[in-house]
Amino acid sequence: MDIIETKNLTKTYGNLTAVDHLDLKIGKGEVFGLLGPNGAGKSTTLLMLTTLVPPTSGTALVNGFDILRQPDQVRKSIGIVFQDPSSDETLTGYENLKLHGLLYDMDAGLREERIVEVLALVELTDRKDDMVKKYSGGMRRRLELARGLMHHPEILFLDEPTLGLDPQTREHIWEYVRRLATEKKITIIITTHYMDEADRLCDRLAIIDRGKIAVLGPPDQLKKELGGDIIRMRAGNFDMESLRELDYVTHVGKDDGSISVTVRDASQYLQDLLGRVGKVEGVEVRPLTLEDVFIHYTGRAIREGAPEGGWAEKVMRAGSRK
Amino acid sequence: MSDLKGIYALWYREFKVFQRERSRMVASIVNPVLWLLIIGGGLGSVLSFGGVDYLSFLYPGILLQSVLFSAVFFGVYIVWDKKIDFLKEVLVSPMSRTSIFIGKILGGSTDTLLQSAILLVIGYVFTVSGVLKGITFSPLSVIIASVFLFVTTVGLVSIGLIIGSQMESPEGFQLISSFLIFPMFFLSGALFPIENLPSWLTPFVLVNPATYSVDGLRGVLVGLHRFNLGLDLLVISVFSLVMILIGTYAFRKMKL
Repeated sequence: MDIIETKNLTKTYGNLTAVDHLDLKIGKGEVFGLLGPNGAGKSTTLLMLTTLVPPTSGTALVNGFDILRQPDQVRKSIGIVFQDPSSDETLTGYENLKLHGLLYDMDAGLREERIVEVLALVELTDRKDDMVKKYSGGMRRRLELARGLMHHPEILFLDEPTLGLDPQTREHIWEYVRRLATEKKITIIITTHYMDEADRLCDRLAIIDRGKIAVLGPPDQLKKELGGDIIRMRAGNFDMESLRELDYVTHVGKDDGSISVTVRDASQYLQDLLGRVGKVEGVEVRPLTLEDVFIHYTGRAIREGAPEGGWAEKVMRAGSRK
Repeated sequence: MSDLKGIYALWYREFKVFQRERSRMVASIVNPVLWLLIIGGGLGSVLSFGGVDYLSFLYPGILLQSVLFSAVFFGVYIVWDKKIDFLKEVLVSPMSRTSIFIGKILGGSTDTLLQSAILLVIGYVFTVSGVLKGITFSPLSVIIASVFLFVTTVGLVSIGLIIGSQMESPEGFQLISSFLIFPMFFLSGALFPIENLPSWLTPFVLVNPATYSVDGLRGVLVGLHRFNLGLDLLVISVFSLVMILIGTYAFRKMKL
């Protein structure tokens, strides 16, 4: 059963098409990743699915409810962890959670129970009575994650949830996200630019570029489709065309004096390939990663520390309002 | 009403923040007292209106001034909430936009009315100690004054929230709200009687809702008024209701 279905979902800001006739189906209990370069439209998609921004055209069903006609029901079904800080720093961690519980109409008993549960989860129990302004960036992030989980939503949206967190905390959070998906059947939709995490965590992912889906599928399948390994060679002149014609080669690329050949299985074909190329100065073989898939479809590397939906997109949004 | 807890939540937040940001409270009390003592004391040495000393004449005007500035200014916090993602956190909750608006009004009104209450206490102390000579403090006058202050506050907080919901930057908010606050204050009769103004000024004074608020407060506390108190209350009630309606609409249409 599809818990999210977008139909021609489109958002334009002036001349710029942030999301371009997006058709996407996400199944219940899935961990679904949205990857894309800066400005690809991931955050805008999230904002539309969470009813915060109306689409220019098209619509979407979230938990069976139409985002345009039944926004209240949609909002009851979802939780979201925003990219920017969204807790009140003059309140304590506990008070921020209490506030959230009240906003979601939770009774006192349940509210207190959940607060204890989520605080323990993100290991903030002993800091719960400190004002959020005294928290580190990572602690604040964890608090907001705890908050997004507190009302046990059907669907949890995570917009760059582990941005700027230390590896240990990230690990911890992903572990819990995974558990939520399997045990509680919560559907999780994340945008992230940590490829390793997207790879390990997501059941399926969509690489979005210029508001459109460039490719969609399980991470393993995406990698398999492109080939299995990348062989990088440094040497003088290659006949790239003839390499491309080999049936075990799926892709040939060139960067700063070396070429990268993507092959289905390096252990089997390396010998043959080297034989054809002739003398090389260096060879490097590594398995294909999601990062390679990403570069293949978008032509760009995802940039560390510069998530989409940040500065550039905000400027665009601000401009469109005038 | 499943939004009641949410409305309480928004009030709770504003109240906690207000409690913790002492400087807001101190500034909002010190400024009116300075106005009262310096302008009132200074002009009071040469002025008196309607048989009342100027300090007493000014006191209801200062009550209005305090309400006007802090209530409208409260709207700036919604601009700050926009700058971080806190506003999204509230907007994405199941609460209706109308309830969010109501919660915000209650939060802002509580802040403002606490300041008014303190100013009333200060006024009482000044009266007992003989600094203010013409103010009638009785349970009834305090209750009626409080009603005026409450109704005025709700309308003015709504104006602040309306402006805040449309603005992107705190600077922009400051600019727009100043254009509103200062004329409203100066043309309200807070500082001078409105009976014998030049004819070009009179229409501006008469369309200003703050005029009726000052008139009502002065009528109740000092015994000087131009209009019937019932009319005063009616005018500001209608004003506040209209502002609530516009505010609800503005919140529904508010974009991120």
